[in-house]
Amino acid sequence: MEKRVTFKGWLLPLCLIAPQVFISAVFFFYPAGQAVWQSLFIPDPFGLSSQFVGLENFEYLLGDPYYRASFVTTAIFSTLVTLAAMIPALFLAVMADRLVKSAGVYRTLLIWPYAVAPAVAGVLWLFMFNTRVGVIAWYLGQLGYDWNHVLNEGEAMGLVVVASAWGRISYNFLFFFAALQAVPRSIIEAAAIDGARFWRRFFTIVLPLLSPTTFFLLVVNIVYAFFETFGVIHTITSGGPQQATTILVYKVFSDGFVGQDLGSSAAQSVILLIVVGLLTVLQFKYIEKRVHY
Amino acid sequence: MATEITGMVEKRGMGLWLTHVAMITGVLVIFFPIWLAFVASTVSQPEIVQPPMPVWPGDKFLENYTAALVSGVNVPVAVMLGNSLIMAVGIAVGKIIISLLSAFAIVYFRFPGRNFFFWLIFITLMLPVEVRIVPTYEVIAGFGMLNSYSGLIFPLIASATATFLFRQFFLTVPDELAEAARVDGARPMRFFWDILLPMSRTNIAALFVILFIYGWNQYLWPLLITTDPSMNTIVMGIKQMFPSGDDVADWPVIMATSILAMVPPVVVVISMQKLFIRGLVDSEK
Amino acid sequence: MATVELDDIKKRFGATEVIKGVSVDVADGEFIVIVGPSGCGKSTLLRMVAGLETISDGELRINGTRANEREPMDRDIAMVFQNYALYPHMSVAQNMGYGLRIKGLPKAEIAAKVRDAAELLQLTELLDRKPRQLSGGQRQRVAMGRAIVREPSVFLFDEPLSNLDAKLRVQMRLEIRELQAKLGITSLYVTHDQVEAMTMADRMIVMNEGRAEQIGTPLDVYERPESLFAAQFIGSPSMNVVAAEGREDGLHLGDMVLPNPTGAHGTVMLGLRPEHLSPDPGGPITMEVLLAEPLGANTLLHGRLANGQSFTVSLPGVHRAGHGSQTLRLSIPPDKMHVFDKKSGRRLG
Repeated sequence: MEKRVTFKGWLLPLCLIAPQVFISAVFFFYPAGQAVWQSLFIPDPFGLSSQFVGLENFEYLLGDPYYRASFVTTAIFSTLVTLAAMIPALFLAVMADRLVKSAGVYRTLLIWPYAVAPAVAGVLWLFMFNTRVGVIAWYLGQLGYDWNHVLNEGEAMGLVVVASAWGRISYNFLFFFAALQAVPRSIIEAAAIDGARFWRRFFTIVLPLLSPTTFFLLVVNIVYAFFETFGVIHTITSGGPQQATTILVYKVFSDGFVGQDLGSSAAQSVILLIVVGLLTVLQFKYIEKRVHY
Repeated sequence: MATEITGMVEKRGMGLWLTHVAMITGVLVIFFPIWLAFVASTVSQPEIVQPPMPVWPGDKFLENYTAALVSGVNVPVAVMLGNSLIMAVGIAVGKIIISLLSAFAIVYFRFPGRNFFFWLIFITLMLPVEVRIVPTYEVIAGFGMLNSYSGLIFPLIASATATFLFRQFFLTVPDELAEAARVDGARPMRFFWDILLPMSRTNIAALFVILFIYGWNQYLWPLLITTDPSMNTIVMGIKQMFPSGDDVADWPVIMATSILAMVPPVVVVISMQKLFIRGLVDSEK
Repeated sequence: MATVELDDIKKRFGATEVIKGVSVDVADGEFIVIVGPSGCGKSTLLRMVAGLETISDGELRINGTRANEREPMDRDIAMVFQNYALYPHMSVAQNMGYGLRIKGLPKAEIAAKVRDAAELLQLTELLDRKPRQLSGGQRQRVAMGRAIVREPSVFLFDEPLSNLDAKLRVQMRLEIRELQAKLGITSLYVTHDQVEAMTMADRMIVMNEGRAEQIGTPLDVYERPESLFAAQFIGSPSMNVVAAEGREDGLHLGDMVLPNPTGAHGTVMLGLRPEHLSPDPGGPITMEVLLAEPLGANTLLHGRLANGQSFTVSLPGVHRAGHGSQTLRLSIPPDKMHVFDKKSGRRLG
């Protein structure tokens, strides 16, 4: 799409675009280039000089059981977060869509966890499941279940998943609800006249119509689970126990800043860049697809 | 007509009530963590460390919030709130300004390198700060921008999303308006200022809501570059309030801080609900 | 007050030439209508005069001086756009005064000029409204007002009435013409509607595929179309065109023989306006009537000639064509026959 009308001159537009280009260059392209560059070196133990090692950092990483474990952890974590954030949201949206009059009220009540930062969500859930003072941990204890996410890897994973998915339910709800509202009433009515009952209508007609939204949310939620849940993990488990909740982004942070292993951290950044690239391509595939809808 | 439609697709009687029950249950479950945090912020430490804690608010509201705001743990929460506010507003305003200008340049001019710059900005979509933290940190350290507002704000300012949103919007502005403005004698910046900007008001407001929340909720970046507690933002500062080792955390103050950290973005979202939803849906297109 | 001269104006987009050289001298105060089907280049031509498109070749002179390189604002023109192009966030008064505000006129003077123009257009009540609170006709008036306030030497209209409903279009057509006559401002008016062109123009430019097919007064074009295209485009219902064979004894259409006013030889295109044909039991044209459209004042009869070509006749009053096929014999005065060259489409004789 292009404008028919344009203004003349080249100096003014260059000046207008300069701030964004400058900031992108300094804070995006230069660091990204640095990441690629550093990933090819190993600094000596004193950090005085570094040695070019080619792809050794990558070879080492891909052979490193901890890094491979982190990949698996990330895959499990993001799958669970995506499911835990989307299924309840879809259910609530379908319910709200049936309530023509009061839907707006429920929407207002449901949207605001979206505004809660992941790190704050982490603190809230940590508080409920804290082994000493957590209410839910205490009630579980009364029921004879000894909750301890500090030691139990599965429980730690469960907790970060729930805390990460919690605020996202609002976000997904908003999109599902908007998509449901956009389903033409006449189609639903036609199906109703054809004799389809509610849940049958939902699975045979509404859900297929929602597929663009669902696909979009799938990608967006995976991106969220990959990159934006750092705060949740840092506040609740710090990647533990035994790295059971160390997702890739957390590992870049802990190797780079805590472990000071710059070469490895840089190589991990590069791998993440590739992952983001793939996800972005997926997202654009979706946009293309939607154009044809 | 309306009653016919609802009659056809909306449940009545039992079904309707069950739907309400499902919704209310959903809302309560979603709300529960926040409610619990609020209760914890209004009771005393002994009431919390002796589980189970109460489920109704206590009488220590003022006491806990005053303690948090005035003295906090490492630094008064009021200071962290101020830092968060500056960061969030800085990021939102900064992004909006540079995005408006670059979108204007890309849509309304043909100039050498236009496509190149367009793709340059486009690619930044793929580079979340989490992916390039170490080198970006080094850039900021090299500029001496650690523990500064500019260090907090600038690396998060360049965003292709806002630029694309404005580009999208500008493309829907009828060509004839720019032509009419030219015939009326408006030079490019005059057109931008008098016509394009006022027409973008709702888009700007919607984007502001989204970006404010984005900026307010940043965690990793402030964690890296603010080593001085007086530069901490509230969202990252909460974690710093937990003691290291086996000491017992000051739960009422921490929970009061958590509530305080939620209030500004929640108020923004609720009060500008319509704009927010529109901005959200638009910015993800 | 101004004259506008277009001297062999051309426009190229890359390798394709969309305006292939148009020349016309517009006199001071003249109302020129540029008419043609969509894609004929009429809007491009107008936009080149406005300065919204660059001129690839040729010269544009406003008041005798070259204006090719001037910015729109420096050409002393005002333009009314098809969709009105009102600034949506400004009131009617602000819309009308925006050009003057940019010129830096004092506020009081702007207000006075806006008030005068508003009065002229009966917009006084609406000055504080926003464009979205106005009806289509009112928006149209505001767009006119914005043009008038600037007191330009030249008015440019780009299909200003095409977004209005039929009734309003007739009314605004008259208003625009009256206003232009009162103000005496040289005007160029683009439309695809030949009725607008016929009723409004002092002179019209009939455009086709980037060329001016004919430039002349509406009656000139109607009575003496210079090309097949102009002949068919102007006039409603459109002119019948049939292939005919020119011989010594007349023009042959199959078995029918008509007079040969131009003495043409070989295959030519013969144009006959439906309204110039009249029933004549001894007439040379035989038509089989298939359908009658009674319009009240006249009746259109559609059918075909003996050689199978479709043909339309317009007869005054109500004409009761019987159901089923009916044969009608027609004649036409020789001076109402138009003969065109088959290859070039240019008029013969």
